[in-house]
Amino acid sequence: MSSRDIILQRLRNRSGGDLVVPERDFSVLQRPASSVAERIDQFQSTIESVHGEVHRCTRDSWITQLADILSSRGASSLLIPAKHEVGRALRESQQDGLPELLIYNEPIDSWQSHLFNEVDASITSTRGGIAETGSLILWPTPDEPRLMSLVPPIHIAILEASELYTSFHEAMLAQNWASGMPTNALLVSGPSKTADIEQTLAYGVHGPKELIILVIE
Amino acid sequence: MSHPPSEHPHHIDVKEFHPRARAAIADPKIRQNFRRAMDGLISKRKDAFQGMDLDALRDLGANIRLRALANLPDLLEQLETKLTENGIKVHWAIDGDEACRIVRNICVARNAKTVIKGKSMVSEEMELNHYLEERGIEALESDLGEYIVQLADETPSHIIMPAIHKNTGEISELMHNKTGTDRSDDVEYLTASARQQLREKFMNADVGVSGVNFAVAETGTLCLVENEGNGRMTTTVPPCHIAVTGIEKVVGNLEDVVPLLALLTRSATGQHITTYFNMISGPRKPDELDGPEEVHLVLVDNGRSSIYQDDQLLDTLRCIRCGACMNHCPVYTRVGGHTYGTTYPGPIGKILMPHLIGLDEGQHLPTASSLCGACGEVCPVKIPIPDLLVRLRQESVDGDKLNPAKVPGHGAKRSTLEAMVWKGWSWMHARPGAYRFGTAVATRLRKLQPGQLGSWTKYRTAPKLAAKTLHERMKERGQ
Amino acid sequence: MADPIKVYPPKPSNVYFYATCLIDMFYPDAGMAGIQLLEREGITVCFPEDQTCCGQPAYTSGYHDEARAVAKAQLGLFPEDWPIVVPSGSCGGMMRKHYPDLFKHTDHEARATSIAARTWELTDFLLNVCHIKLEDLGKPTTLAMHTSCSARREMGIAEVGPQLIGQLNNVKLVEQVRAEECCGFGGTFAVRHPEISGAMVSEKVDALVDTGAGEFVTTDCGCLMNIAGYAEKNRKPLVGQHILSFLWERTHSGDEGTS
Repeated sequence: MSSRDIILQRLRNRSGGDLVVPERDFSVLQRPASSVAERIDQFQSTIESVHGEVHRCTRDSWITQLADILSSRGASSLLIPAKHEVGRALRESQQDGLPELLIYNEPIDSWQSHLFNEVDASITSTRGGIAETGSLILWPTPDEPRLMSLVPPIHIAILEASELYTSFHEAMLAQNWASGMPTNALLVSGPSKTADIEQTLAYGVHGPKELIILVIE
Repeated sequence: MSHPPSEHPHHIDVKEFHPRARAAIADPKIRQNFRRAMDGLISKRKDAFQGMDLDALRDLGANIRLRALANLPDLLEQLETKLTENGIKVHWAIDGDEACRIVRNICVARNAKTVIKGKSMVSEEMELNHYLEERGIEALESDLGEYIVQLADETPSHIIMPAIHKNTGEISELMHNKTGTDRSDDVEYLTASARQQLREKFMNADVGVSGVNFAVAETGTLCLVENEGNGRMTTTVPPCHIAVTGIEKVVGNLEDVVPLLALLTRSATGQHITTYFNMISGPRKPDELDGPEEVHLVLVDNGRSSIYQDDQLLDTLRCIRCGACMNHCPVYTRVGGHTYGTTYPGPIGKILMPHLIGLDEGQHLPTASSLCGACGEVCPVKIPIPDLLVRLRQESVDGDKLNPAKVPGHGAKRSTLEAMVWKGWSWMHARPGAYRFGTAVATRLRKLQPGQLGSWTKYRTAPKLAAKTLHERMKERGQ
Repeated sequence: MADPIKVYPPKPSNVYFYATCLIDMFYPDAGMAGIQLLEREGITVCFPEDQTCCGQPAYTSGYHDEARAVAKAQLGLFPEDWPIVVPSGSCGGMMRKHYPDLFKHTDHEARATSIAARTWELTDFLLNVCHIKLEDLGKPTTLAMHTSCSARREMGIAEVGPQLIGQLNNVKLVEQVRAEECCGFGGTFAVRHPEISGAMVSEKVDALVDTGAGEFVTTDCGCLMNIAGYAEKNRKPLVGQHILSFLWERTHSGDEGTS
């Protein structure tokens, strides 16, 4: 018999007999209704408490604000999505002060070293956010691959205020995740960090040192 | 596991608990490192649950875990089916050795020479690093704490914070000696140095090995909870990702992970959520530009299906590995993780390890508890840890009452003398007349009471017998 | 852990007093104090003569047959449907929480369950069933308190002691750091793992001494002999007594009671 069959047989023939299957009461996860403004405030204060940086923008102002953010950090390159509206808007903008715009349009294998060593910042869209935990929902796509939000030292995320959910539970149900998950889905709640050395927080241990969120209201 | 003990560089005689405990207690640095860390974690956890209906949330967490266990074989099959549909290859291992062989075979088939690892307690259980190193495959830990512990050629002293026993000075010295990093007490500098070294390793690793926090049967999704991003690196950068996990980590529905995640991060480190919650449901698709080409899941039994047989012991398998039980354990706080000499230290180790190593080898584990109940009180899935400790004590000293024996090493601690003492104690206390006579005589002879009562009076004065028992005083009162 | 729903009965006219073996042999004054406090509340106290020990020492050591034999001898002591009050969180926890398990699937299950449901820790009973009102007759003093782990977690009465002491106008209750932490007693744990237990009690004594109170009370005699015994042996400025002794001494005028 294979190990698989041995294990499953042991589990099926357990000496204690059948087990009770308890019900699950998810009502404890329900949250009172809140306004968009309340959710933005909660999102901002929560993610700022873990070193995330939030800028409130409009559809007209975000590129200008982005340019300021990047130049204040001396970023000389920005990785952008090729097809998503965010990338298109940046490529078409006449904004002064934007760094060199790079597009992730080749398999990682061909330019890994460049991504790891040369790219200063990246910008991605999000699938929404979670106010309660200060989280961004990211479902990487061919247009915005997984490493975009992980490797560059600065990750900038665009969050539409209208896509801000109260809780993870609400977001998962509203977007019907159980009907099909992508190869990779993420909640990102702040910059990469560690407290493994004497519980002292240090940022950017493996992933981005800075997470900057542009909330489009 | 089949290696003879001498082959293990980390092999520790679990039975030598007392000498290690004495040494830890006598070491002010160890005492201070753990005390400070545990105090911090206790207060952060408390803050993180402020304003929540914690009891209802823990009930939900417990019921999700119990429900998953009740359906365990079905859920594992469903998980296998969904993962396979998603392109993830599923392997089954009866014990740690088989799991190691599976990982190695995948490496060999890919001609892989270097493995980068995310944090995985199951891989510690398997002693995977040692196994691979012996067979010419480099296995490097990438979680900063695990990396430090590996540099020091030690084992983790805490399941969430592996290097909690070391202070900054010790870590700086270690990194200087092993990697040439300049000595510094600046944690940011040390962290940046590790980042630089590990990034090179991520880029060049042939295989990434990670653990799993929750495996979702419904969607075929592997969930990883982490702060550093090394877990994402491990599961994204190398061309092959191998996840290893215990068979108990499966849950039925995606919705189940929501409360479990909320409980896990708050209980573990007092965080509302970790920086990354990484849900993996497949390898890189043809049109995707990154991610591993191959993803494997190794489902490891290693004693779990035996624990599963017994209705009470089964509760051990609810565990979601948050470490809150050790953070709140007054024994763990005093002796630190290494004293236990086991993969899992602290209360969860005391109830889990006897199943893996036997009650003979692990004979001090169930007794090294005052049964204060702090562990059970904070357990996010309400494992009745003190009750399980009592059950294992019973298994340790039982002659043949619990046939068939449910725990390996059953009866290992039974001593004829101790059993006789308890028989005698029981005889007297089950006979009120004998009890009254005995206690009355004892109080009469209290002047003769010895001042020394073994190890009790090493630290305390002996309790003083009263001149008259309460029984006698009530009798005098006419009751 | 703690009872999920604890329903206090109305104040009865009779109770059974289950003293526990440690009170019987080492701290009978605390037992008398408890009885007198109950009687002052107008309750008739029945002290079953045949009581010995709840069986807990053998139970927690894994000797369940031996524990069951002793526990069985207690099952017949409470024939009337009166509450059973116990001046100990630990023994109370044994009877309330573990008796039903110990006698599960035996002929004694129903009796064990009935006893479990009627068992109350005495301070909890005084506060929440008798609604006792304490009038402080003592001099101003400062006091620390250590609630036993079983009182706190099995019986869920961490708030009871402080509330009772709070009724005493001349007593200032000061809280120790890490009040929730175990003192290191744990029954046979203290002798099986003496160094660990010793490290725990030394820090507990430090925490209590650091309150500046010089005097502490506790709900359980195990903690009392551990903490006070350590303080005495190591000449720490700390003395302790059972909370019942303290409450009685501060509230009786000397012309009541028979002790």
